[in-house]
Amino acid sequence: MSAKVLIADDEQNILISLEFLMKREGYQVSVAHDGQEAIDAVAKDKPNLMLLDAMMPKKTGFEVCQEIRSNPDNADIIILMLTAKGRDTDMAKGLALGADAYMVKPFSTKELAQKVRELLGAAG
Amino acid sequence: MLRGMTSARLVALFLLGGALLNFPLLALWDKDLTIFGVPLFPAALFIIWAGLIASLAWLMEYDEH
Amino acid sequence: MISSSLVIAVSFLYLLVLFAVAWFGDKRAAEGRSIIASPWVYALSMAVYCTAWTYFGSVGRAANTGLWFLPIYLGPMLAMILAWIVLRKMIRIAKTYRITSIADFIASRYGKSRSLASLVTLITIVGILPYIALQLKAISSGYAMLTTPLGEPRQEIGLWLGDSTLYIALALAGFTIIFGTRHLDSTERHEGMVAAIAFESIVKLVAFLAVGLFVVYGVFNGMGDLFAQALANDQLKPLLMLGQGTQEFAYPQWFALIILAMLSVIFLPRQFQVMVVENVDERHLKRASWVFPLYLLLINIFVLPIALGGLLFFGQGAADPDYFVLSLPLAHGYEWLALFVFVGGLSAATGMVIVEAIAVSTMVCNDLVMPFLLRTERFGSRASGDLTGLLLMIRRVAILGILLLGYLYFRVAGEAYALVSIGLISFAAVAQFAPAMLGGMYWKVGNRQGALAGLLLGFALWIYTLLLPSLVKSGWLDAGLVTDGLLGLAWLKPEQLFGLQGLDNLTHALFWSLFANISAYVLVSLWTRPEAREASQALLFVDVFERTASTHPVFWQGRAKLSDLRNLTERFLGVDKAERLFTEYARRLGLAQTKDIPANAQLVQYVETQLAGAIGTGSARMMVASVVEEEQLDLDDVMRILEEASQLRAYSKALEEKSLSLEKATSELRAANEQLKSLDKLKDDFMSSVTHELRTPLTSIRAFTEMMLDDDEMDLEQRRQFLEIVVGEAERLGRLVNQVLDMAKIEAGHAEWHNSDVDIQSVVKQAINSISGMYLENGLSLNLHGEHEEIAPIRADPDRLMQVMLNLLSNAAKFVPHPGGIVDVYITDTTEGVTVGVQDNGKGIASNEQEQVFEKFRQAGEFSDRPQGTGLGLPISRQIVEHFGGRMWLESELGAGARFSFFLPRLKDAQQLERTEEESA
Repeated sequence: MSAKVLIADDEQNILISLEFLMKREGYQVSVAHDGQEAIDAVAKDKPNLMLLDAMMPKKTGFEVCQEIRSNPDNADIIILMLTAKGRDTDMAKGLALGADAYMVKPFSTKELAQKVRELLGAAG
Repeated sequence: MLRGMTSARLVALFLLGGALLNFPLLALWDKDLTIFGVPLFPAALFIIWAGLIASLAWLMEYDEH
Repeated sequence: MISSSLVIAVSFLYLLVLFAVAWFGDKRAAEGRSIIASPWVYALSMAVYCTAWTYFGSVGRAANTGLWFLPIYLGPMLAMILAWIVLRKMIRIAKTYRITSIADFIASRYGKSRSLASLVTLITIVGILPYIALQLKAISSGYAMLTTPLGEPRQEIGLWLGDSTLYIALALAGFTIIFGTRHLDSTERHEGMVAAIAFESIVKLVAFLAVGLFVVYGVFNGMGDLFAQALANDQLKPLLMLGQGTQEFAYPQWFALIILAMLSVIFLPRQFQVMVVENVDERHLKRASWVFPLYLLLINIFVLPIALGGLLFFGQGAADPDYFVLSLPLAHGYEWLALFVFVGGLSAATGMVIVEAIAVSTMVCNDLVMPFLLRTERFGSRASGDLTGLLLMIRRVAILGILLLGYLYFRVAGEAYALVSIGLISFAAVAQFAPAMLGGMYWKVGNRQGALAGLLLGFALWIYTLLLPSLVKSGWLDAGLVTDGLLGLAWLKPEQLFGLQGLDNLTHALFWSLFANISAYVLVSLWTRPEAREASQALLFVDVFERTASTHPVFWQGRAKLSDLRNLTERFLGVDKAERLFTEYARRLGLAQTKDIPANAQLVQYVETQLAGAIGTGSARMMVASVVEEEQLDLDDVMRILEEASQLRAYSKALEEKSLSLEKATSELRAANEQLKSLDKLKDDFMSSVTHELRTPLTSIRAFTEMMLDDDEMDLEQRRQFLEIVVGEAERLGRLVNQVLDMAKIEAGHAEWHNSDVDIQSVVKQAINSISGMYLENGLSLNLHGEHEEIAPIRADPDRLMQVMLNLLSNAAKFVPHPGGIVDVYITDTTEGVTVGVQDNGKGIASNEQEQVFEKFRQAGEFSDRPQGTGLGLPISRQIVEHFGGRMWLESELGAGARFSFFLPRLKDAQQLERTEEESA
């Protein structure tokens, strides 16, 4: 059984590309268009890994991260944050709030796929 | 600057009060009328007086702030 | 009728209460927790102005002459308007130079002149005696009224020792001595006394209001009833009119009385004592200056009603109107009210006597007795020993003397006059101080000889035109003096001097005395040369507000010894007090021990100022001069010292300015730094937003191209879809870069503007035409409303306006439903300018998001279906519109579409137009 990946981003085109990429890697993919949808999706069907955009409407990636981590049941979800703001403070904030890794947009698809594999491998 | 203004206002009020309480302005009230049963002349004197007190109080308490 | 023992018992009980209040006040002052340090207490203590004259006499005067009792209170009203200017200066001068009486004030101003001090003291004593007599008369008459059965004639006044008034005078003297001379203070402040006076002011006000309410609402049915009855009475009606019906209204007298009261409220010794000497904090004057007139107004409200009530009740001439406040309650059987009112009257009288006697006794001691005493062998400069006990003793004797003299005047002249007439004689006497005092405060040229001449002439004329006639009317002098003139010379008639007629005796006397006083003061001052000491004092007084304590020039040169000055201080102020004063002085200089104090001019001045508080400026000057070696100052020295002081002042002012400007520069720098910081943060936020907006399309482009590159087997259809996305994102990037640059240019003012006279309507039509294809493709409708024949041109850049219109129209297209969207454009033309509105039938924008849409990189609506956009279109449009002096706004409700409008004004103002042109150039 392949790992479940949830992708949360408000940019339709990024969502399409990530969905394509993750499916090609062989994961089960679901998507969310904003922070609230992401949280609902986690509640409905807990993913193994989340690709979480930092800047989203309704709830930012940081808020989503914090909310998910506040539930002990969700401790094993791997969170990989994506941000278009490459500032150090943003990265530090994400990691402090419980993200496992961090990638800056625009990212290399190869590196992203590699990172996702590593994270899932270490967990599994 | 503001202090100077208050002094000038006080002097102006003094001159106004002096004028209101003397001839010929005082004669304006010398009429055979009553207001609320009080003859006009004494009533007018006390009202002018109260007005001066109120103006002075305003100048002293609220001016310059 | 009330038994005399009860009246006496109640009176003494009341005096005991007063004493308790004073004791408490002194105790708290000693503990440093003053109970009089309040503007309210200060104002109440000023109300010592209201004496038995006010309490009994005003009603009497109102019963005889109607509203003529009022000028005596309107004068103080006017005077208090200027209190913040005049009185404050007086307080500042008195505090700075330890001045404790009017005599001291005048003497100090004119070169610490002992002759002036003595003259002023003499005038005060003579002038004030009638006033003290008035209080004695009021108490004794009031007492007689209470203890005599109604309707019976009052008992004849007994022989000297059988006269109860004598005992009243003695009792008051004893009371005042206990009150005011228990200890010696170099500031002459009596906190306990002030507390008691303030308490008395409350008692007399409450008692008077009580009897007023009783008469108006107890005896009559309110003001309306009382006045109606009075108006119906032909004899009383004239009292309510200005001209009193028939006779000509004496305006000069009215005016003279107001002036007289204005001067008296400041220059009466007791007023000077409570207003200036006893002042705790000059800021209290702010509130007191209006509360005191308010007090006067309250205590006068019922005067006329009581007078009319008495006349209506008793009939004219049947009872003495001066004592209506007692006889009315008595006649109605309200004996307790009458007793209470009597206590109020007692309050008014004792308050006046206590303060007046203390003030005058200070003058007598410091300015009359001490100068002579100190010249004798026994007490002079060579003598030794503590003199504080002697000082107190002199004051006690002086108090007793003043009251006995007052009693004498009462016996000599008291019976012939009504209360008010007696008081006015005193008022006219103290008015003589006005030229020397006010001139001294504001006119540097006024000198000692001028003041002396003015006071002497004014006082002489006062005696001749006012005091002598009062003695004549009492039968002590030949009536021929008044009717025929001195030595039978008609032009010397005291009440028609030099044939001056048409004035009543008071106005006549006031005119002549003040005229002569002022003339002599001014003319002599102008034609004589002041001594150095006068000139220096004049400078110190007139410019008191311009110097701080540290930059006061010290007009003294010579040699002094610390021990001599210290011994002198101990003699007059006591060892303990001297120790305190010197320790304080050393502390101020930053010295550890008093023996290190340098015996320089500053110390000499300090000691002299401290002594002045206790023994008067003249005596202090004399004593200090006797223990130091002085060099005589001449006018040149005065000028030199002044020059040095003003240099010092200029220097310290320059220092102050320098530190101020430094402070200012620092705060400006700080503000600039803050601004830079916030600008920096703004730039940072902008950069971060731009980065985000740039990275988002780049992310898509990179992701899709990499995936296509990696995957050779991707089917063509998929590849095509991805490539379309890449192209779209590339376009978006291009737009973004253009708009960011555009925005930056506009904001920095580098944008190019090609202004011409624009027909807005044609711009709108062009925009509609160019975008209508896109609308059609998407199945949207676009309509123009409010088309005009012709619209007057507006000065603007047509391309920029086109940009705005296209932005609004393309925005609208994004937010309306596809298909079925409707966009309406409205044009409204007024003389001020043109308004263009773009209405869509989309979802609308919630009110809390409406302002955000104009912010950079903000887009409204559900983000999930957010149309592609850079988030810069609206901010740029708004900037363009604002550049042309217009404004852009949004009206919308959620679910009811949105309407973006902008207004462009016709700039009539040539300057404004020019400004726009310049910016465009």
